[in-house]
Amino acid sequence: MQSEIISIILMYLKAFAVGGGICLIAQIIINFTDLTAGKILVYFMLAGVALTALGLYQPLVEFAGAGATVPISGFGYLLASGAMKGAERGLFYAITGALSAAAAGVTAAVVFAFLMALIFKSRTKRN
Amino acid sequence: MTGKTRENYNRNYLNYVKTQDPPTKHFKNCLAAFGVGGLICCIGQFIRYTLEYVGLSGDELAGATSIILIFLGCLLTGLGVYDRIGRYAGAGSIVPITGFANSVTSPAIEFKTEGWIYGMAAKMFTVAGAIIVFGVCSGVIVGLIYLFL
Repeated sequence: MQSEIISIILMYLKAFAVGGGICLIAQIIINFTDLTAGKILVYFMLAGVALTALGLYQPLVEFAGAGATVPISGFGYLLASGAMKGAERGLFYAITGALSAAAAGVTAAVVFAFLMALIFKSRTKRN
Repeated sequence: MTGKTRENYNRNYLNYVKTQDPPTKHFKNCLAAFGVGGLICCIGQFIRYTLEYVGLSGDELAGATSIILIFLGCLLTGLGVYDRIGRYAGAGSIVPITGFANSVTSPAIEFKTEGWIYGMAAKMFTVAGAIIVFGVCSGVIVGLIYLFL
C-alpha cells in the first residue's frame, strides 16, 4: 500500500519533470528564434513522429506517462505508433493507421471548438 | 546619403532600438513555461489515473484522456481564461494538447462574425490544418517505411 502511494507520487513528479522539460525546450527556442506558436506546434509534432519511428519516444512514454503523451509531441507519437501498428497488418492499414490513431483527438477538437463557437462570443482582448 | 553612411545610420538606429526594448526575461519565461507545462501534464496524469480506476485501458484510456484535456482546453479558451494563462506561461500553454485545442477554438470563436462556413469552419484550421497535414503525411511515410522494412 505504502509503496503504491510512493510510486503514484513518483509518477506525478516524472510527468511534471518531462512535460515541463518539453515545454522548457520550446520556450528556449521561442526566446532565441522568434518562431510563432503554429510553427512550434508543427515542429514538435514532427519531432514526436521522428523520435517514435526511431524507437526513442516509446521508452519516454513508459517512463513519464502523461508527461510524454500530453505535449504535442505525444500527438506525433500517437500518429507514428498507429502507423507502425498498422504496417504489421498490411498496406491499407499502414496508410490509414496514423489518422485512425489520432481520430479521438481530432474529433474532440473539432466538435468542442464548434460547440464553443455556438456558445461564446469573441471578446476584446485585454492586454 | 551614400550607401555606406545609410548602413551606419540604420545600424545605429537599430542599436538604439535595442537599448530601448524591454529586456526579454529569459529566466522568468522559462520557469513559467516549465511550471505550467508540467502542471498541465500532471492534470493529464490525474485524469489518466481516474479513468484507469473507472476501468478503461489501452487505446481507450489514452483517447479518453486526450478528449477530456481537449475539452478543458476548448472550454477555458471560450471563457477567455486560456489566453490569460498563455500570456503568462508562453510555451507552457502552447505545447501541451490543450494548446492545440486553443489553436482550434480561438479562431473558431473569433471568426464566427464572418459567417459559419467561410468564417467559423474554415478559419478553425488555420493552425490545426498545418498540424494535421504534416502529421498525416509523416504518419503515412512512417507506415510505408515500416511496411517495406
